[in-house]
Amino acid sequence: MIELQGIGKTFRKGTEEVRAVAHVDLAIQPHSIVALIGPSGCGKSTLLNMIAGLYPPSEGRVVYQGRQVSDVNTDVGYMTQKDNLLPWRTVLDNVALPLELAGQSQAKRHEAARAMIRQVGLDGFENKYSGELSGGMRKRACLARMLLYEPKALLLDEPFAALDAQLRIAMHDLLLKLWAANKQTILLVTHDLVEAITLADRVVVFSRRPARVAHEQRVDLPRPRDVAQVRFTERFHEIYNAIWDKLREEYVEEKL
Amino acid sequence: MTASETVTPELSKPARPQRKPLGEMSPMAMVGLQIVLGIVLLVVWQLSAGRLIDKFMISSPIDVMVRLWGWIANGSIYVHVWATIYATVYGFLIGAVAGVIGGLWLGLSPFLSRLLDPYIWAFNALPKVALAPLFILWFGLGINSKVALAAVLVVFLVFVNTFAGVREVDPDLVDSLRLMRAKRRQILTKVIMPSATSWIFVGLKTAVPYALIGTIIGEMIAANRGLGYLVQRSGSEFDTAGVFAALVVIAVLAVIFNEVVGRVQDRIQGWKVVSR
Repeated sequence: MIELQGIGKTFRKGTEEVRAVAHVDLAIQPHSIVALIGPSGCGKSTLLNMIAGLYPPSEGRVVYQGRQVSDVNTDVGYMTQKDNLLPWRTVLDNVALPLELAGQSQAKRHEAARAMIRQVGLDGFENKYSGELSGGMRKRACLARMLLYEPKALLLDEPFAALDAQLRIAMHDLLLKLWAANKQTILLVTHDLVEAITLADRVVVFSRRPARVAHEQRVDLPRPRDVAQVRFTERFHEIYNAIWDKLREEYVEEKL
Repeated sequence: MTASETVTPELSKPARPQRKPLGEMSPMAMVGLQIVLGIVLLVVWQLSAGRLIDKFMISSPIDVMVRLWGWIANGSIYVHVWATIYATVYGFLIGAVAGVIGGLWLGLSPFLSRLLDPYIWAFNALPKVALAPLFILWFGLGINSKVALAAVLVVFLVFVNTFAGVREVDPDLVDSLRLMRAKRRQILTKVIMPSATSWIFVGLKTAVPYALIGTIIGEMIAANRGLGYLVQRSGSEFDTAGVFAALVVIAVLAVIFNEVVGRVQDRIQGWKVVSR
């Protein structure tokens, strides 16, 4: 589905060169959830940006469904820590935006948006502006907007990082339910190892900058998972410890 | 979001009956006080005129009122008011449209904005009022030269603010729309223009008094009608009351123009008021 082949990325800031990503090879199977984890600022978000085609890699290539990504990849849904809702629009008009851009009539797109808003549990807030919503509600609105144009792959860049623990669990639950219904391919960047294991089929640990793949771990926890309880199972702990040992190697030097 | 909760330190206050600070007076009481202040100032002016200060210098409120009433009664004021309103409004509209279009255009084109940068700033630094003789040569003594002067004062203010507004658009919002298959035109109309509106309005609002200034100066330099002409003519006839009366009319016009722009802004930017 998504293949990264020998990806490298170097940013130039004046005369200074920063190597964000080096030699990353990664293949993501269709319908799977893959979590990318690693020290902050290690270049994970850079990878997502390149998959979305927002900028090209300096080396290697990104292949999406057999085609090389050379321009903005409009087949993916992208969600970041920051909710990119338009503040001058209501929830309904924000969610309906992708269909509005596609030129659908107002009646049609509002109907579809209302159904999606119900699915993410935001019904009753259709006519609020994003400034009037709580952080969790904004995430729900973003999720609804992203799902409305039915992307085959979702790129999630620490989408729930700003939420408190309870809300985050609720969002994990929602995400897994929506995934069970639509089976998108999901690529999730996160800092939170518990979040990574709870959601993913596979966790990829990245090294410090420049990002390389340091370790990969399959997560063979059965689905459907109870996002609130799965973290207390024995298998979860084994996986957690296995990944944490690797992750610590990457974090140790950073702390010093 | 969490950092926005600021804690005001509790000052230890002496235990005596609390009096409301003057700054927290109710709006009604404040309006009353404002009116009282105005009346006091007028009375002081009236009493000092002819006693403390020569009436030739400051006239007096009653003389000004009489002059104003005279103009209104014989209808001679209207031609001047209309000339000024016409030139201000047209100058403002022309300048605003040109400024918004220019600002959007250059804001979206890094190449053009870099190319034209030194010329724009050089022209912006020029005192535009100094262009008045040129406009009179080009557009004649009539109202068009006043429209041109008002427009040229307005255009830069609106341009600079629109340009800044376009530059301030959150690139993440633009990217998120690009990922949703938005075309260039849609990004312009759905993200860039709405998000620049608050900046554009700052420009429009600051430009309103300048449109009036441009018109008045144009009328003072060479005209046969308009409030600027009225000020200038009254002054040259040593008619102090007439100068003050014309100034009063100009001030009233300025307040009305400002109010109109404020109302329009409130209507268009409902979401901003709501989100506060």
